[in-house]
Amino acid sequence: MSAPAPLKKTPLYDQHVQLGAKVVDFGGWAMPVQYSSIMDEHQAVRTSLGVFDISHMGQFFAAGAGAADWLNTLLTNNVTRLEVGECQYTFLLNAAGGVIDDLIVYRIEDAAYLLVVNAAKIEEDFAWMQSHLTSGVSFQNCSDLFAGFAVQGPKSAQLFDAFFDGKYSRPARNEILTLQIDGATYYIARTGYTGEDGFEVFCPATEAVRSWKDILERGAQFNIKACGLGARDTLRLEMCYPLNGSDLSAETTPIEAGLSIFVDLQKPAFIGREALAEQRSAGVKRRLVPFKMAGASPPPRAHYPIFRNGIQIAETTSGTLSPTLKCGIGMAYIPTEFARIGEQIEVEIRGKRFPAVIEKKPLHRAGTAAA
Amino acid sequence: MNVPEELQYAASHEWLRLDGADGTVGITDHAQAELTDVVYVELPSVGKNVNAKDQVCVVESVKAASDIYSPISGTITAVNEALTANPALLNTDPFGEGWIFKIKVEAGEDIENLKSPAQYREQIGGSADGGI
Repeated sequence: MSAPAPLKKTPLYDQHVQLGAKVVDFGGWAMPVQYSSIMDEHQAVRTSLGVFDISHMGQFFAAGAGAADWLNTLLTNNVTRLEVGECQYTFLLNAAGGVIDDLIVYRIEDAAYLLVVNAAKIEEDFAWMQSHLTSGVSFQNCSDLFAGFAVQGPKSAQLFDAFFDGKYSRPARNEILTLQIDGATYYIARTGYTGEDGFEVFCPATEAVRSWKDILERGAQFNIKACGLGARDTLRLEMCYPLNGSDLSAETTPIEAGLSIFVDLQKPAFIGREALAEQRSAGVKRRLVPFKMAGASPPPRAHYPIFRNGIQIAETTSGTLSPTLKCGIGMAYIPTEFARIGEQIEVEIRGKRFPAVIEKKPLHRAGTAAA
Repeated sequence: MNVPEELQYAASHEWLRLDGADGTVGITDHAQAELTDVVYVELPSVGKNVNAKDQVCVVESVKAASDIYSPISGTITAVNEALTANPALLNTDPFGEGWIFKIKVEAGEDIENLKSPAQYREQIGGSADGGI
């Protein structure tokens, strides 16, 4: 047995330690799971403002006259629908239609795209995409050069204005602004993973500490809190946003995950298209749906068995105690015949079954992020 | 971290308060600080016989479920029902209102395996003066 590889650290690692974060192994990265309390951090984002280190996420750049067409052969959404400065959520699939990764592609110039991918998938995504590279496209993995923060919460727009003193206008939802600040390039996107208004900022790793401190300092007037992956998970699950590796995998497709709106089957060809078209016409056998525990119960967690009328029909892919709804919530791939809003199921927790009800997405509807 | 002098401690972060053969058990201040945000307590059954180091109940925070072990052998005589409605008592008052169960202690020798406040403080790396 060889010793496990040391955990990778983001440029903000020392800041997290100074702030008293509990640090955990997240896909090979030493990341803060919480600073003070998941509940408090969650609440800060829902009511005011939170900031997350997302420097572990990957940044790829695709550029050249053929970049859009090439990306369109690999990604499910239609890149040609993007104007410069716009972005879209999309999937990278294997030939069977299974999810390699879910990501956001930003059109940053006429023929240049920024892709932001999941940390644990950087190498796999890059190798896969590069193995399908065509001429006329320059494709680079710049993940190590970038740091990132997600500033999220209803006060995000006010922070943006205060931060830049009105010098720049805010990007609209799903748009990205490219700024040169003291010679460094900053990408500021109006995107996020919490259901609240907010910005995702990508900047050179060398600027990370200064920017992080600036954000905390300028955000103090809005009671900004540094937030960890624990709150990131409860926030995204209340919105039913999938987490790759839990709710998405190489064995599940975007159609089964209920995310067809990010799949353009009108495109003539992309990897995984045939499998998805087949599922689309034949219908899927299971669907990813959210559920809420119907009474007092321990919080559900991933991989708990789900029963209906005494027969196991699925297992949970995610679960937690919802800090906003004050009850257990989760998601699962339920056989299509039972994947209906209002359907009663049971979640088995340590050998005991607790009633739950299938709900509509999202579980939290009061978020400030405009679709 | 608070490590009261009058209690004994298990390496698995439970405390035991003994009054003759009547024991009261909870989790330490250090344990609650590590867990943070306790959201559910699955209490043990009254009348159950347990051995020292048996897993007897579960405490859940937002992020994880943690097993709670009995620090001593005996019969569980009462459980703190208040935790069902207010699991956060484990966070706010771990040595008082946040007690988990009472136990009629059977054999005495398990006591030898428990830690003194000084030994427990050493385990969690706290300062010798017990200051919070």
